[in-house]
Amino acid sequence: MIEIQNVHKSFGKLEVLKGIDLTVEKGEVVTVIGGSGSGKSTLLTCINGLEPIDTGKIVVDGTEVHAKSTNLNKLRQKIGIVFQQWNAFPHLTVLENVTLAPRKVLGMGKAEAEAIGEKQLKHVGLGDKLSTYPSRLSGGQQQRMAIARALAMSPDYMLFDEVTSALDPQLVGEVLETLKMLAEEGMTMICVTHEMAFARDVSDRVAYFHKGIMAEIGKPEQIFNDPQHPETQKFLASVR
Amino acid sequence: MFDTALSAADLIFLAKGAGMTIIVTAISVAIGTVLGILFGVIRVQLGAVLAAPLTFFLDIFRSVPLLIQLVLANAFMGMVLHLRFSGFTIACMVLSLYTAAYCAEIVRGGIGAVPATTRRAARSLGMSWWQDMRYIVAPLATRVALPSWIGLALGVMKDSALVYVVQVTELLKSTQILITRLQEPLFLLMICGAFYFIISFPLARLGGYLEKRWSND
Repeated sequence: MIEIQNVHKSFGKLEVLKGIDLTVEKGEVVTVIGGSGSGKSTLLTCINGLEPIDTGKIVVDGTEVHAKSTNLNKLRQKIGIVFQQWNAFPHLTVLENVTLAPRKVLGMGKAEAEAIGEKQLKHVGLGDKLSTYPSRLSGGQQQRMAIARALAMSPDYMLFDEVTSALDPQLVGEVLETLKMLAEEGMTMICVTHEMAFARDVSDRVAYFHKGIMAEIGKPEQIFNDPQHPETQKFLASVR
Repeated sequence: MFDTALSAADLIFLAKGAGMTIIVTAISVAIGTVLGILFGVIRVQLGAVLAAPLTFFLDIFRSVPLLIQLVLANAFMGMVLHLRFSGFTIACMVLSLYTAAYCAEIVRGGIGAVPATTRRAARSLGMSWWQDMRYIVAPLATRVALPSWIGLALGVMKDSALVYVVQVTELLKSTQILITRLQEPLFLLMICGAFYFIISFPLARLGGYLEKRWSND
């Protein structure tokens, strides 16, 4: 369970998160929508401790993320994150990209890590690209590799930060299909996205962020058909 | 075609000088690179302000002509510290620091060329700072820094000609000794240049080979 309690976060003078409260249960898929600068991506990087927070707290399975005593390297093993830019390790093959962390961080043997890596890569449809270098893959393939790389650590939670935003339109579908598949398998996910159809189809709950606050959260049917907050109404009218 | 008084023994004498050039260069580049990596990483980690003293120290070695550094270091060790180091040791010490000062800049540039987002991805997989450095930053930075590093190593090899001021008889000094005796400056300098080329060529080729290999990734 991820518990976010009254989290505030500023970059210099700009307050990007103004008191966020959100609890995500095991197995739940929560999508976060909202305009740029609403703080939704920042929230994700705070959840796995890549960004510090100013006040409030984030607790993952009983561990407070930003407590001084928390071993972030350990905690991050159970929280996978995939970014807008897929950030392939360009000097490693696709399989090496995926097996590096299991081998070095979890201390797995080569054969075991490769078995897991191969399984995850097949899972996202890259079973035939194992020894290819990332530069020879399309953006969509690299993004699916990044997903497999995160999954190879057997995380309990997956965070997706606008994973389709940097992709050519014709490549968006294959990545969204991968996310859908994970959701159906019961992975706990928080997805920041601009893909409204995806949010509607896949989410258990949809949260709407506006200027650093969570203006509204609810079931997708409710958010998309009967938004309560005037800002949500405005936003949904503008993206339709 | 032309007559020369150069004997086989003289050629061996030149080859010994070339050997000294190789040894001084190899030691200085090896120590200088290790120190340069250390200084470069420290500078990146500390940031510009905290690393300012180190930057200043390294700038001295980059700004003062090597010849002056060698003479002053020799005098300082002997007259101030009363340490009786051989010219060879002084030469290696000064050239190592000289190499380190340049290498630190190359390392800094190489690390800076690794996208922050790539490093963030590595850390988000649970890798420690050290693991990120070792498995992501080092290989990627090396690819970026290699051409400059090869240039530095070749430069140090040629700059090592200056160590004659601390009584080390390397290739150029050996040539000068022969010039004094044989009075055939142009011919001897040609031979000397050929020796330098032969020493440099493998290193330059190694760089080309590695660049080509890595570009296939």
